[in-house]
Amino acid sequence: MASLITCPHCGVRPKEEFTIRGDAGPVRPAPEAKFAAWDAYVHLRDNVRGVMKEHWQHSGGCRRWLVVERDTFNHAVHSVVDAAEFAQASAAKPGRKAAPAKPAKAASKGRGKA
Amino acid sequence: MRYIRGMGRVMKYSAFSIFKQGLSGNKGWRPAWREPEPKKHYDVIIVGGGGHGLATAYYLAKNHGITNVAVLEKGYLGSGNVGRNTTIVRANYLLEGNEPFYSHSLKLWEGLEQELNFNAMMSQRGVINLYHSDGQRDAFARRGNAMRLAGEDAELLGREQVRELVPFLDFDNPRFPVHGGLMQRRGGTARHDGVAWGYARGADSRGVDLIQNCEVTGIRREGGRVVGVETSRGFIGCNRLGLAAAGNSGRVAEMAGMRLPVESQVLQAFVSEGIKPFIDQVVTFGAALFYMSQSDKGGLVFGGSLDLYNSYAQRGNLATVESVMEAACAMVPSVSRVKVLRAWGGVMDMSMDGSPIIDRTPVDDLYLNCGWCYGGFKATPASGWCFAHLLATGETHELAKAFRLDRFSRGYQIDETGHGAQANLH
Repeated sequence: MASLITCPHCGVRPKEEFTIRGDAGPVRPAPEAKFAAWDAYVHLRDNVRGVMKEHWQHSGGCRRWLVVERDTFNHAVHSVVDAAEFAQASAAKPGRKAAPAKPAKAASKGRGKA
Repeated sequence: MRYIRGMGRVMKYSAFSIFKQGLSGNKGWRPAWREPEPKKHYDVIIVGGGGHGLATAYYLAKNHGITNVAVLEKGYLGSGNVGRNTTIVRANYLLEGNEPFYSHSLKLWEGLEQELNFNAMMSQRGVINLYHSDGQRDAFARRGNAMRLAGEDAELLGREQVRELVPFLDFDNPRFPVHGGLMQRRGGTARHDGVAWGYARGADSRGVDLIQNCEVTGIRREGGRVVGVETSRGFIGCNRLGLAAAGNSGRVAEMAGMRLPVESQVLQAFVSEGIKPFIDQVVTFGAALFYMSQSDKGGLVFGGSLDLYNSYAQRGNLATVESVMEAACAMVPSVSRVKVLRAWGGVMDMSMDGSPIIDRTPVDDLYLNCGWCYGGFKATPASGWCFAHLLATGETHELAKAFRLDRFSRGYQIDETGHGAQANLH
């Protein structure tokens, strides 16, 4: 994996400052969503071989949650964006169903994990 | 070449055969298995020519008499995790769903070499799990009792008993003093490649086609059931399809339109330069995820935890290397000046509860064997045994009845560590 990661807030930092949470693909269903939707969210994974979006936290720096685009086969890192920006962009994109309006709004105020 | 009862046409290996071949310039050895062209159709196709796939083929032929079987391997036989592990064999699980299965596996390991007529270098040198606190001792006492209830051997050792066996541990480490260990004397190590080769030879001699350099690129379905696989060597038809693709299970399942409760993550392992006999058992650290044994060549074989991110690369990162080395020096300070020779990584199919899946799938005639996490190697014989039973009869084997694919949605997870649905914490 790249030794240096460009945090959108802190600039170029060593990758050891970051904690990888995992796949940013699954989107939390609404509380009253069907059981199958919750089962899929909690248990099932695309398990991508190739470019995958992941939640990382800059735990040794600004502590912001980020969305990092990384290749799971060759470990190349392609892009790093703030998770709030990512959620906003996803919400703005028509057709993406489950991007919830509320967290995006909260995140736009600059707090919380998207 | 001659006929061995129950093994078909195959060269029998023995001390005598080595002597005889030695006298004739070692020119008489034959390849251990054929390299057949794929047929148009098989009764059963198994995707994945690793330990589990080969063991499945072997037991299909031996236990169930089904020999019109092909094992498809995208690289060479045993090129995946069966050749990339730390060779540890044990049956020290806590939960009911797991322990009888691994217990059966260990029993199969004990008779494997005679059965396969292949030197798998099975060495029952004992596995010691160290404990460092009262709480950990209680947990290990409970685990040991669970093992004994399942008919396995387990022994709770005190500090002095451990000192007698492994005197060079850091017993007085101020942060993690060694209080004792849980020992399974029948556990140990086996030659990892040897197991794959032994099963391959056994399966081949019974008529199974082992087809290497044959990558599955698609799963053809008609009317909701599997009819065959598209491969890099053309279409091959089958009545039943078994997936034993370990770290690549998600990719193969995707070809049948399935998403699995599995994440592929990389686990590293290491071997040091060869040193004189030093550590007689397999010893695992209780204060961090770390385990060490010594190979017959003298190298210390050890490993730690996952790199903790999704990966299909068979290599890891230096941060994990560093933490594994720290754990090594914390447990055995005297290894601090031993040089590490090699490091490698394997792609683990980490399931959401840390336990495997051997089950039917929603697609008819498609069967799944995956989710082995760190524990695939020791499970090889029993995994093949139970998966062959499932493929042959369509019914789940008694020992694998808890390894259902739908256990996650039904709430019947087999979560040894109690970490919940976070694949890389198991």
